Order: sequence, then C-alpha cells, then structure tokens
Amino acid sequence: MSDDDRLLTGWGGTAPSRARAVTACVHDVADAVTAAGPRGIIARGLGRSYGDPAQNAGGDVLAPLPSRIDLDEGTGIVRASAGTSLHELIRAALPRGWFVPVTPGTRYVTLGGAIAADVHGKNHHRDGGFGAHVRELRLVTADGSERTVSPEQDAELFWATVGGMGLTGVITEATVAMMPVESSLVRVHTRRIDDLATLMTAMREADRAATYSVAWIDTLARGRHLGRSVLTTGEHATATEARAAGRSGAGVPREPLRVVPPRVPGGLVNRASIRAFNELWFRRAPRDRRGELQGIGQFFHPLDGIADWNRLYGSAGFVQYQLVLPDRSEDVLPVVLERVAERGHPSFLSVLKRLGDEGPGLLSFPLRGWTLAMDLPAGRDLEPLLRELDELVLSAGGRHYLAKDARMSAHTFDAGYPRAAAFRRVRDRVDPDRVFCSDLARRLEL
Amino acid sequence: MINALGRPQHVLLLGGTSDIARAAARAWARESEGLRVTLAARPGGGRDAAVAELEALGARVAVLDFDAEDTAGHPELVRRAAAERDVDVAVVAFGVLGDEEQAWQDHDSAVEHARVNYVGAVSVGVPLAELVRRQGHGVIVALSSVAGERARRSNFVYGSTKAGMDAFYVGLGLALRGTGAHVVVVRPGHVRTKMTAGRADAPLATDPEVVAAAIVDGVARRRDIVWVPGAMRGVMSAIRHLPRPVFRRLPL
Ligand SMILES: Cc1cc2nc3c(=O)[nH]c(=O)nc-3n(C[C@H](O)[C@H](O)[C@H](O)COP(=O)(O)OP(=O)(O)OC[C@H]3O[C@@H](n4cnc5c(N)ncnc54)[C@H](O)[C@@H]3O)c2cc1C
Ligand SMILES: NC(=O)c1ccc[n+]([C@@H]2O[C@H](COP(=O)([O-])OP(=O)(O)OC[C@H]3O[C@@H](n4cnc5c(N)ncnc54)[C@H](OP(=O)(O)O)[C@@H]3O)[C@@H](O)[C@H]2O)c1
Repeated sequence: MSDDDRLLTGWGGTAPSRARAVTACVHDVADAVTAAGPRGIIARGLGRSYGDPAQNAGGDVLAPLPSRIDLDEGTGIVRASAGTSLHELIRAALPRGWFVPVTPGTRYVTLGGAIAADVHGKNHHRDGGFGAHVRELRLVTADGSERTVSPEQDAELFWATVGGMGLTGVITEATVAMMPVESSLVRVHTRRIDDLATLMTAMREADRAATYSVAWIDTLARGRHLGRSVLTTGEHATATEARAAGRSGAGVPREPLRVVPPRVPGGLVNRASIRAFNELWFRRAPRDRRGELQGIGQFFHPLDGIADWNRLYGSAGFVQYQLVLPDRSEDVLPVVLERVAERGHPSFLSVLKRLGDEGPGLLSFPLRGWTLAMDLPAGRDLEPLLRELDELVLSAGGRHYLAKDARMSAHTFDAGYPRAAAFRRVRDRVDPDRVFCSDLARRLEL
Repeated sequence: MINALGRPQHVLLLGGTSDIARAAARAWARESEGLRVTLAARPGGGRDAAVAELEALGARVAVLDFDAEDTAGHPELVRRAAAERDVDVAVVAFGVLGDEEQAWQDHDSAVEHARVNYVGAVSVGVPLAELVRRQGHGVIVALSSVAGERARRSNFVYGSTKAGMDAFYVGLGLALRGTGAHVVVVRPGHVRTKMTAGRADAPLATDPEVVAAAIVDGVARRRDIVWVPGAMRGVMSAIRHLPRPVFRRLPL
C-alpha cells in the first residue's frame, strides 16, 4: 500500500476536498479498510461521477484496483476486477462477439463505479440497469472480511451494494453477463424534432420499437419550439449488414484526443457559446436519416472523443442536474424546461431518455418515466433555481440521480428515495460504525 | 458538507450576535433547508434574539458561551462546535469599535480593542485552521475592515487591530492552500449595524444584508478577498497610494 494527500473533486470540478489517496492490490483491500482512520474510507473509480460520492474529506480514498478480465467466450460471462474500465472491457470483449449489457454515455467508468451507481444506458426501458446483469460480487466489508453476494446470496446486501455508492464496502470483483453482438456497429435512425409533444410521442413509440433511444434537447428553445431536439434510436447491426457496408465490424473504440489544456480560463462556456453550439448541433443533424451505421464510440460515447472536456467549464466547474419524472406526472417535464429556459441558465447537452421499471437496488435511480439531464455552469443564482426544480420533481414523485448530484439536501434525498431507510438498516448491519464514508454520505446524512 | 454551489450545512458564528453574522446566517438559512447554526456568543438578550430569529427561518440552532478575551477557552470551544458534525463555514465576526479619541488615550480601551479584535481573532484562528485541515474541507470567513487597509488619524486604534487580523487571515489562507480548506477575508466599508449606531454614514455606507450577500457569494466562489461594496476596492487602493503629505491633510 502507498498513499499521499490529494485534493479531489468529481467530474463537475466543484467542492474540492482533501483525502489520503490509498493504492492497494486485490489482496490488501481488507488491510486498507481496517486501517482507515476516524473519517473512514471510500472506493473511487475513474471519478466520472459529477459530484462528491468518490471523495472523502479528511479520510481515505481507495484508488481503483488494477484491471483484470476473464471472459468465457462461449457463455459471455465475464469475471473482472472492479477497477476494470468499461473501455477495457469493451476492447477485450467486442472482437469476441460480446458487448457490455449497459453502457453509460462514457466508457471511462470502472465496473465498480457502474455497479455502485447502478448506471443506466439508452436501453434501460428494455434491459434495466447495470445491476440487473451482475451475477455476483466480491465485497470487502467494514470488518475487513471479503464475501460473495448475489441476488441469491445475501440478496439484501447485494441490492444495497448495487446503487449503494460505495457505502456498503469495496467491490473487488464482479461477474457480469455480457450481451452477444454480431458486429461492432450500430444501425442508427436520427431525426430532428421541432417540439416536445412530438418528441415524447416518438420516444414512447421507441420504448417498444427500439433497443436504444436518446434525445438531445435544446433547452434554450422556448415557446412553440420548446423541446426542439434530435432523437436517435439504434440497434446492433448484424454481421451481414456490417459486411454489406464493407466494414469488418470488428473495430474497437479508439483512444480519445488530448486537446484540452490542463487550465482553461473561465467563461468559455457561456450563454453565447452554448446558444451557438445548440444551434449548430440542431442544424447539423439530418431531418430524418435511417440505416446509418455508426461505431460503438460514435453512438454510445460521443463525448469520449475529447479527453477532459469538463475542463472547458473553467475553475468554477459545473453541475449536472439529472431528474426522473414518473410517467403519471410527465406533464411536469415542460414546466421544468420552461423554468430553465426562462431563467436563462444555458445548458449544452441536455439529454432526455426513457427509463423502464424501478429495479430492486435500494438506492437505484431509475423509475418508469422520463429522465432529463442538464449540464449547467456553476453560477451565482443557480442554487435558487435548482431548489425550485427540486420541489417540482419531488411533488411529481420523482427523484435525482446520486451519480450526478452535487448539491441536493438530505431532505430532498430522503423524500426522493423512500427505500433510504431500508438502506440505512443494511448499513447498520454491515457497517455500524460507518467506516465507509464519503462527502456525499455526509451531505445526505446517509 | 458545503455543496457544489457553495451552500453549507453547518455554520459556526463566532460573535454570533453580530448584525453582519446574523444577516449572513439568515441568507444561508433561506437557501439551505434545516441549516445548522452554532452561535458562539456571550449569553444575553442579544443571543436569545439571534436564536429565535434563525429558528423562525427553519434553522436548527445551538449556542455556545464565547468570550473573545478568554483565549485559553478557544481551542475547546472550537472542538465542541465540531463535535457533532463538520463545520462547513466559520465566521469570525466579533469585534469592538469604541470612541476613537478615547481609544488611543485610555489604556483600558486601547487594550480591549487589541485583545478582542486582534488577539481574539488570532486565538480562534489557530484552532479553526487545525479543524478545517483535519476535516479536509471548510471555509473560514474573517470579517476584516477597510479601516485596516491604511490606518487613518480618525480611527487608527481600531484600524491597527483590523490591519493585524487581516494580515493574519490573509496569511492563513496562503498556509491552508492545498488542504481543501479556504479562507475568505471580507473587507466592508461602513455598515449600518449596532457597532456604528449613532454615527453618520460614511461614503459608500451599506447594510448588513449587502455584506451578507457578498459573504455567501465569496464562500460559493472561493474568493480570497471580498470588498463590500465592490467599489471600496478602488477607493482604498487610491487612499493607500496617496502621498503621505496629502494623506495627512485629508480629514479621514
Ligand atoms: C460524460 C458522462 C456521461 C455519463 N453518462 C451516464 C449515463 O448515461 N448513465 C448513467 O447511469 N451514468 C452516466 N454517467 C455517470 C457515470 O456512469 C457514473 O457516475 C459512474 O458511477 C462513474 O464510474 P467511475 O468508475 O468513474 O466511479 P466514480 O465516479 O469514481 O465513483 C462513483 C461511485 O462508485 C463508487 N465505487 C467506485 N468503485 C467502487 C468499488 N470498487 N467498490 C465500491 N464502490 C465503488 C464510489 O464510491 C462512488 O460512490 C456519465 C458520466 C459522464 C462523465
Ligand atoms: N459595522 C461596520 O461598519 C463594520 C465595518 C467593517 C468591519 N466590521 C466588522 O464586522 C464585524 C461584525 O460587526 P457588526 O457590524 O456586525 O457589529 P456588531 O453587531 O456590533 O457585532 C460585533 C459583535 O462582537 C461581539 N463582541 C464584542 N466583544 C466581544 C467579546 N469580548 N466576546 C465575544 N463577543 C464580543 C458583540 O457581541 P455582544 O452582543 O456580546 O456584545 C457583537 O455582537 C466586526 O468584526 C467588525 O469589526 C464592521
């Protein structure tokens, strides 16, 4: 084990805190856990959460374990170290005909992080969250013991760990059922949509018709253009389709371009640049194009093409506000969009997705309905606006995503997550002294 | 913890009856439901009123007896303030401003100014720094004053104590770089509070709410130095650079 002090933030670059960075190999995770001081320890993946779940002020933060992948080519069952990134997993499995069952909008997340946040992809309406594809986990708990948990073996602890933001222990290894694919290409249907009602109808339709669907929304558009958007849906292309297009279909995603300097002056991302970007993005999109073959990276992880794009927000950073509204209160969606547009808080990359049924993860985010995510520069009067939105979301029976959240109150969290009490009971059982602790846990009084 | 947009969950007010500190706590309480406030202040009606006012806004308030001159008790006081939960923001707000002509001629008065405004501020500063370092996060807000920028004939006793405390907290901010903690030094001009009651407004006079808004913003944006109103920065820079013969002749 080695360690040193570091200032850490999440992907949004807000609220830095200092922790001791601890590096361990699989065998000494238990030692690291039992050696934690009064401010506890938390596992960190690749720091792609936007807020504070993978930082622990004044305490220890455990770096990701070295990557290791053991794929059974016949069954698609993979056993891998929790520090393995989805990037590495995809590169290893895709040429052998397997793809990750769920991928977030970036593949630079670890398996541990994907499970701890129970991440969802563009196929949640069909395939559920990442946790639904995990067969079993190896977990080091507060007493320093390592155990196997699964939907069959200590299901309660398993479903507290899936979505549990690292607060039940350190996942060291996971066994995941991969998804068979015939090619590394996706057949994509892209269309421009002029208003919210049309978009919502098309996306409800896609629930049945498409494996993957996602819409990018121009949140600066108002009035009858409210909800102006670009909708993409996709299916994995067959081997025949890939061959017909003259593509071998075995391509793996490339490494990102390193073009963003380490320090960027503030104010680069502002109303004017965002308006221009949104306009361009919308106009660039085809009105209606079917059958386009895209690579994995292009379709699933467009932002991964540029490393460290988050630094473009400057030192003040940004927050991502991601909410879900259950279907029964979908009429709140235009209210949220109106409110943001009217206050003039610009957002690049606002994304609307459909989510399927709530899973068994006690702190998992998804609910059947609509999820909207907006990247907002951390600015002066953002907090009052977001507090208003918090109220709207809660009274609509919705909630906010812990992997993105950096600012909600303990009260807002409790109101959105009725199973938080059950989660705390599991913590009382396996970690009564709260050895596992993070800035998020302190903020939300978890 | 302080959230991504700089809103704290638990604030400690040292000199909790100060009009400026109370205004800052009200501003935070309006934006953080269930804000916890620890009021460290001398017992009395002023403190009771401050508690009632913050509770009415939904804050959860605890009190600690605090005397700025009791330096021996300060480390324990800071420890108790942080016993239950992290202190996200500590506001060093206590201070005295007596009759200026008396202050340089009356021994007791001069010493009280120095003890409360300078010694007291240094005395709480050391355990606060220790606390925020241990926490790995936390903001210390020090209420300095434009009076410390260049000691003037009219209030040099008060001004000299503020110059000393200002220098201490600016230095502390440098010392805490990289620890996750942060120091915001606030330099208001004339603020209409009980400290200045009965005195005529100086130019650019403001109200505690204006200083409070500047504190909230300075904490959120992790500023090092905040002038209130902002224009004070230019004014004081001009005054600081006046040649001494000119400066001496001005009725400042
Ligand atoms: C550009 C971008 C797009 C994204 N798109 C999506 C999306 O479409 N859908 C979605 O669901 N999310 C999305 N996310 C969020 C991201 O998928 C999650 O935040 C994910 O948890 C990040 O994984 P990480 O490895 O970086 O973990 P970190 O951010 O480092 O940590 C996240 C949490 O996982 C815990 N953790 C990490 N490793 C372990 C371990 N070994 N054992 C126990 N706990 C552990 C940490 O304690 C922490 O609570 C996106 C993020 C970005 C930056
Ligand atoms: N008002 C201005 O124009 C102005 C301008 C620049 C800077 N400031 C500074 O801002 C800070 C707050 O001032 P304010 O304007 O809010 O004035 P205030 O309302 O008078 O507050 C000062 C507080 O200090 C407390 N105090 C004094 N001596 C103390 C002691 N020995 N022990 C404990 N507490 C003591 C007082 O508490 P009690 O209730 O117990 O007496 C009082 O509430 C001060 O540091 C001041 O110097 C003020």
